[in-house]
Amino acid sequence: MSIDLKTIKHISKLARISVDEQRAEKLAGDLNSIFDFIEKLNELKTDNVEPLTSIAETTLKLRSDKVKSKNIREQIVKNSPQDNEDYFVVPKVIE
Amino acid sequence: MSDITKQSLTELVENIKNKKLSSTDVTKAFIDRSEKSEELNTYITNDFTSAIDKAKKFDQKPNLDLKLPGIPMAVKDLFCTKNIKTTAGSKILNNFIPTYESTVTENIWNEGAILLGKLNCDEFAMGSSNETSFFGNVQNPIDKNLVPGGSSGGSASAVAGQLTPITIGTDTGGSIRQPASFTGIVGLKPTYGSCSRYGIVAFASSLDQAGPMAQNVKDCALLHEVISSYDPKDSTSIDFKRNHFSKELTNNIKGKKIGIPKEYRVDGMPKEIEDLWKKGIQYIKDCGAETIDISLPNTSYALPTYYIVAPAEASSNLARYDGVKYGFRAKGENLIDMYEKTRSEGFGAEVQRRIMIGTYVLSSGYYDAYYLKAQKVRKLIKNDFDNVYKKVDAILTPSTPSSAFKIGEKTNDPVSMYLNDIFTVPVNLAGLPAISIPAGHDSNGYPLGLQIIGKAFDEQNILNIAYAMEEKINFKNKITDWWIK
Repeated sequence: MSIDLKTIKHISKLARISVDEQRAEKLAGDLNSIFDFIEKLNELKTDNVEPLTSIAETTLKLRSDKVKSKNIREQIVKNSPQDNEDYFVVPKVIE
Repeated sequence: MSDITKQSLTELVENIKNKKLSSTDVTKAFIDRSEKSEELNTYITNDFTSAIDKAKKFDQKPNLDLKLPGIPMAVKDLFCTKNIKTTAGSKILNNFIPTYESTVTENIWNEGAILLGKLNCDEFAMGSSNETSFFGNVQNPIDKNLVPGGSSGGSASAVAGQLTPITIGTDTGGSIRQPASFTGIVGLKPTYGSCSRYGIVAFASSLDQAGPMAQNVKDCALLHEVISSYDPKDSTSIDFKRNHFSKELTNNIKGKKIGIPKEYRVDGMPKEIEDLWKKGIQYIKDCGAETIDISLPNTSYALPTYYIVAPAEASSNLARYDGVKYGFRAKGENLIDMYEKTRSEGFGAEVQRRIMIGTYVLSSGYYDAYYLKAQKVRKLIKNDFDNVYKKVDAILTPSTPSSAFKIGEKTNDPVSMYLNDIFTVPVNLAGLPAISIPAGHDSNGYPLGLQIIGKAFDEQNILNIAYAMEEKINFKNKITDWWIK
């Protein structure tokens, strides 16, 4: 299997990471060597194996639906790269 | 003051309880040594000024019933600390101030410990050499230009270099045990669900666990007893009765059955590692325990499985870093452009590589071939362990396939870097506890570690085996203080 530049561009779109030509080529090389290594799994027959879905075999606990945390909106908004007091600000999305 | 930093955690606790030392004495000694150790690059953020204030406050009204009374401690910068910058070793979180405390660190402060600062690590804990950190390499106190291992490289370096009496790291594929092995210290990766993941910057949620890194097994047991707790804030935290690990620690392991898995004798393993393992088997026998040859047939599939599961979970976890609510933001022409540039400029090369792998294996048309396949193989790996644990109480292996390597030696070849975790990764995939203890040196005098893998929730047993072996091994770390200014 080989991951070409077109695939790299497609994945980078899905991952929302912009990559220029030079980096795309480097990534294609890296990913190909990593996937060559991963292909080893195809040696194993797993048709009748149940996939592992949870490592901790316990049932999830229920909790009461109550608000426990305090209202710390100001502190939280303070961490945003750009804010307008009460809101997170993003580049304009509606023309 | 210098001999204060040479004391183990257990000794320091005792000396503070007997009032031979004050918290202020101890805190100042570790700060003083940390300040002289800038060349190691272990700290990302220090909190020295408030640490001294807290120590003085403790001394005015000391509560000596606590388990860590007035003990200063630096922690890996992957744990959120309230009002103190938490970066995860990444540019994208370079200005992030958490509004909450991780459960594990909260447990530590509740027992009287005092935060010294936040320790360097691989970016988002993705790495085996601490070279992927945005904040630069960490030096191994054993020798200049040697990696300390990773991802908890700063934590390992800080304990081995005596900049903190003890610390905590996190382990997703070996990130506590491998750096512990590379720096000649003890590191425990607990059973999945033993320590809360609440407030730990997430890498791969089904594999991540926090654990102690210490100078000796007893210290490690004491800290584990503090950090392991049931936490309703982590839905995978498990409610079970926890031991008083340090009190119940015993070197009596007579009659225990220890498995030696033949699949860990990998091609190209250096003779020094093979010899160390043989010595380990002898130590086990000297302690009155029995060794049994076992087989874990799917071992060689663990690493390829890990490199599907971990990146898949990471690509999902790291989707939250979008430049909107916190962290770094790059300028973009529109919203999508802003996301793409923020993530391109904010994440380093290794993190981007893993997000790309994860995105690919989860993408339409590839999910069954990769992710589902990996989850099936993961089941087989877990079954291997379940089968052998019908016959044995624990398993002994080397911790790593080599001693610490040079900075820059493996950075150009991701697969050769990944191979470093060949002995540690199966444990995370099966959710088991494992401890690495220093067990000898290679011809350069670099430390080598042995790993003891336990049954789920059987930390007490592997701590006991490690404690018994530690006594026989009588390991001395060769630290020359070469970096001290």
